[in-house]
Amino acid sequence: MEFLTDILLLSDSTLRIAAPLILAALAGLCAERAGIVDIGLEGKMLAAAFGAASAASITGSPWAGLVSGILVSVLLALLHGYVSISQRGNQIVSGMAINIMVAGLAPTLANAWFSRGGQTPLLPNEARFTEITLPFADLVADVPLLGAVYSDLLSGHSLLTYAAFAAVPLVAWMLYKTRFGLRLRAVGENPEAVDTAGISVTLLRYQAMIIAGVLCGVSGSALSTALGAGFIRDMSAGKGFLALAAMIFGKWKPVPTLLACLLFAFVDALQGRLQGVSLPLIGEIPVQFTIMLPYVLTVIILAGFVGKMEAPKASGIPYEKDR
Amino acid sequence: MGVVPAIETRELCKRFGAVQANDRISLSVEQGSVHGIVGENGAGKSTLLKMLFGFYQPNSGDLLVNGEKLKLDSPSDAMAAGIAMVHQHFMLVEPFTVLENIILGAEGQPMLDHAMSDAKAKLIGLEQQFGFDLPLDTEVSKLSVGERQRVEILKALFRGADILILDEPTAVLTPQECDQLFDLIGLLKSRGKTVLFVTHKLHEIMAITDDVTVIRAGKVVLRTTTKDTSPDALAEAMVGAKINRAVERAGVDHGAPRLRVEAISAKSDHGYQALKDVSFELYDGEVLGVAGVAGNGQTELLEALAGLRQVSAGVVHLAGEHVNSPQKLTDPIALRRAGLAHVAEDRLKAGVVASMTATENAILGYQREKDFCENGLLKLGAISETANRYFESQDVRPRDSSLPVASFSGGNQQKLVIAREIARDPQTLIIGQPTRGVDIGAVTKIHDQITELRNAGKAVLVVSADLDELMAISDRILVMCEGEITGIVPINEADECSLGLMMAGAAPSDERQGSGA
Repeated sequence: MEFLTDILLLSDSTLRIAAPLILAALAGLCAERAGIVDIGLEGKMLAAAFGAASAASITGSPWAGLVSGILVSVLLALLHGYVSISQRGNQIVSGMAINIMVAGLAPTLANAWFSRGGQTPLLPNEARFTEITLPFADLVADVPLLGAVYSDLLSGHSLLTYAAFAAVPLVAWMLYKTRFGLRLRAVGENPEAVDTAGISVTLLRYQAMIIAGVLCGVSGSALSTALGAGFIRDMSAGKGFLALAAMIFGKWKPVPTLLACLLFAFVDALQGRLQGVSLPLIGEIPVQFTIMLPYVLTVIILAGFVGKMEAPKASGIPYEKDR
Repeated sequence: MGVVPAIETRELCKRFGAVQANDRISLSVEQGSVHGIVGENGAGKSTLLKMLFGFYQPNSGDLLVNGEKLKLDSPSDAMAAGIAMVHQHFMLVEPFTVLENIILGAEGQPMLDHAMSDAKAKLIGLEQQFGFDLPLDTEVSKLSVGERQRVEILKALFRGADILILDEPTAVLTPQECDQLFDLIGLLKSRGKTVLFVTHKLHEIMAITDDVTVIRAGKVVLRTTTKDTSPDALAEAMVGAKINRAVERAGVDHGAPRLRVEAISAKSDHGYQALKDVSFELYDGEVLGVAGVAGNGQTELLEALAGLRQVSAGVVHLAGEHVNSPQKLTDPIALRRAGLAHVAEDRLKAGVVASMTATENAILGYQREKDFCENGLLKLGAISETANRYFESQDVRPRDSSLPVASFSGGNQQKLVIAREIARDPQTLIIGQPTRGVDIGAVTKIHDQITELRNAGKAVLVVSADLDELMAISDRILVMCEGEITGIVPINEADECSLGLMMAGAAPSDERQGSGA
């Protein structure tokens, strides 16, 4: 029984941790499928986390927080779009610049506005997306196994966590079932073909950046107003890069990307559980090593242990009409 | 006649900087006809086409479609006017299915499932009407080149095109695929479509067009119905009054061959058989020209000779030494030291590093030599002296070797590369596309230089897509088609028409049989 509880707890925190990762990975997926490499996911997440926490703290409404988080992230996405699409700049440099800028700017602004050493004030529950109890969760809680799964695992997450999981089929539907998705995938593979078909490459890519901005905005908002209760310096902690890794691992496809995110989240949850636990034979693993686990996994995966990964062909290459 | 032409241009002009690419082009294409446009490389065919489908806008002149004066600002304007272009490089998304490629941009509705089923219904009709048999649900990446071209044509028909522009459609096709294409063009014509067929192969013009317009140096030089002309007349119009620069030729020294290629075969980067059983000899004191439609193995041949591609069968001997075989590949450094210099076909890819200075580029490939490098340190003084010497001897302009190579014109870049490669007095020189992207002034200089080398007793092999160039500088011309040699002709027996047939794969014996295909 205790083992079962352990599993449930572990799965529960996996879902929790996976949510912002999934949203950010989908953001990266939309951008790269349209041919824009988005290494600035991390920065956008962090900026959105700060924007959401600030607005929620001032207005007392999580919804105001979410809207502001999305807005900040979309603006940064458009900035990245301007550099990469209109100015045909280097997309890695632009993305990295956003990461660095946000890492410095967010705590500085937080300090200027709230004078709390680069953090925003602790959000009260009314200003957060709190856990939602799904209908009948209490009723079925005593049903063996299935009841526990429903009430402990599936119920009791924030709205944004549910939104993250809902975003996967939504993005997949957009990519594979709509005209817009067809064009978006085409522009990431062969922008010239799109151009000669009479569709604007520029417009299409900007649209993709806006979608990426929205998804990243929800992801950052989830960090500070759902999982946490306020903005803390560097609270994204490399999740943007993990999301990028998950997207690559997921071969730029929504469902495999979801699975990759769950894997990363599971390892992260596992390392949380392993802290201070004495394992048979090995003994207690130093915290420093357990924290490393998700990142070590990333390195192993990206070092090519999962076979050939083929990015969209035009990804990262600025489109110039006359070559 | 009496009907309005499908496409008419009046005094169409297009300039790029100082270059007049199209000079008062007047063209009239009858509805429901196949109209050929011929001209040499660089004559201005592509510029004209790009104006016809809205990619470029003319500087002056009028464009009329079905009698209506139009201004095409983009390819979609052209499409709306019923003009579609099949590009030489296909505009297809490889991981997409045929169907997805066809509907891209013409989906008609936001939901893909509906768009696809509607399109399928429409395509079945089109396929029957025009005799297509394309697997709609197969990924384009799995199709052959010929099939991809048919996808492009079907795509144009799906969009309701009445006027199809085919830009050198046969350049990438096998002879069998060409026949298929010609059948299709005939069918298109019989169904009332107008086809503009652009090529530089005369027998194709003779075989399938109704009318023909010849362009030379940006101007229309001949406009005629095909049945009233002959390949000879067309060739003459294309080439113009030929300046027969009588090159001083010293006698060829038929001693031992400098380079002996014995039955070599090699695979291309894409894994197909690019060279099949190629054998020839290159002697001191001769220029051997290699002709062929681009992509018929010339690139791989150059690479095999330069030590950049290992052959899968056969042997290459350089001055009796065995340098390339399935067992052994002598690398380019060793080949250079053995006296074989290589002027790469794609200058910007393999000849220079465009962002580095001319000085640095002047020793590229020779940076390990004692003159330029000691104990791992570059001898900057000696290097810059060398670069300046090259600049003087080749008249490279501007005379500033500290500029990055990218800021020189193509001709000056090429002069620098040639200076670098001949500086060490190599006995064997292999040159790919000596004057591609080179301004007219430099062309003569480069040709003279090649002739000088030959007269000095060097063995020179030149690969070029420009047949006139080869006719002007070679002693013998070797023709390749689909990776095989289809003929080796001494220059005094060579003429453009028979070479053209060999380039198309016809055996040298039936070279004078005329059209066919």
